[in-house]
Amino acid sequence: MAHHHDHDHDNELDPMTARVRALETILTEKGLVDPAAIDAIVDTYEHKVGPRNGARVVARAWSDRQYADWLKQDATAAIASLGFTGRQGEHMQAVFNTPETHNLVVCTLCSCYPWSVLGLPPVWYKSPPYRSRAVIDPRGVLAEFNVVLPQSTRIRVWDSTAELRYLVIPMRPANTEGLSEEALADLVTRDSMIGAGLALAPGAA
Amino acid sequence: MNGAQDLGGEMGFGPVAPEKDEPLFHAEWEKRALGLTLAAGAMGHWNIDESRHARESLHPGDYYASSYYEIWIKALEILLKRHGFVSDEELRSGRALSAGAQAKSKLLAENVPAALARGGPCDRPVDGQPRFKPGDRVRTINFNPPTHTRLPRYASGREGVIESVHAGYVYPDSNAHGHGENPQFVYTVAFAGSELWGRSADASSVVSIDAWESYLEPA
Repeated sequence: MAHHHDHDHDNELDPMTARVRALETILTEKGLVDPAAIDAIVDTYEHKVGPRNGARVVARAWSDRQYADWLKQDATAAIASLGFTGRQGEHMQAVFNTPETHNLVVCTLCSCYPWSVLGLPPVWYKSPPYRSRAVIDPRGVLAEFNVVLPQSTRIRVWDSTAELRYLVIPMRPANTEGLSEEALADLVTRDSMIGAGLALAPGAA
Repeated sequence: MNGAQDLGGEMGFGPVAPEKDEPLFHAEWEKRALGLTLAAGAMGHWNIDESRHARESLHPGDYYASSYYEIWIKALEILLKRHGFVSDEELRSGRALSAGAQAKSKLLAENVPAALARGGPCDRPVDGQPRFKPGDRVRTINFNPPTHTRLPRYASGREGVIESVHAGYVYPDSNAHGHGENPQFVYTVAFAGSELWGRSADASSVVSIDAWESYLEPA
């Protein structure tokens, strides 16, 4: 930042640290924001809301056909029944991978992402390379995640242009009969719920 | 608007390069940027559509040179100035110099869990029936508004199929500019890759967008 700060401590700070600290200081001095609320927001996404939520949804869908049907019909309610609601998950849709169709989620216009089940998006999801290419070259993008699908598998890209948020339900890996939901959830990676990965094989988790 | 944010199909940005074992934040300031953005939004003076428009209104050179949390902070400064909460002089000095506008509400720490768990649903009742039904062939309108829209350029003026009909949702094109929520039905519209990208398309790919009703005409 090109600004010249008139207080000493900023000289030691990188530009964005100084800029954000200045903003927080001003808003706090004016009584507009509560720094403890900022702490609580950060704590929520560091410790409470993240991709383990989505993994539990997927594991339940793999284990319980009725739940999977509910998830197809009304993902918002089915996901809320496991306790996952709220910001950037208000209107959910679950899309199911099959041998015929692989789903991939993107937001070309900004960074829309299902926070309530996946937490905060990774940098790549918000960055121009992914946002530009997922829609025009999805197979090439998947190859960069080491996901190579048969040519016979159709790729379906969901561009999150409105307020619906998409959760990909990856295919259940082979040789997982009899695994508990907890063990199944360990096979479900964040990327597999975006469509940029596959669920792990047992033993690989 | 045809801004830097409208990235679908653009080229030259290089490989995706996912980071192995990526940390949730790459610097302490990113945590504060996240919290500040949400806490300032909770003051209730702008909506998510105005926020998105502030971000996409950054100069393209600035947008592409900035990390996503940098984009958030630059847009937040714009929103705070626009609504009278901070001045350029305050941003330069890093301290409050005048009272400025009063916030409608303040998010307190004890209310954070409930506020985040509630979120901000933006489905709304709409009078009348949806104009389209699943299976209908539609064409997206071809328009280039200088204002906020959620119809990406790559899917503008293209023919697709209504896959599903959703509830009414707040219309971002007006809501971003203080012209009201004007809810409309939203549809998932599926396009063949070849319709969007011609001979460059992955032959079997299908891309869908979620489109407000006024983005669509019968094909």
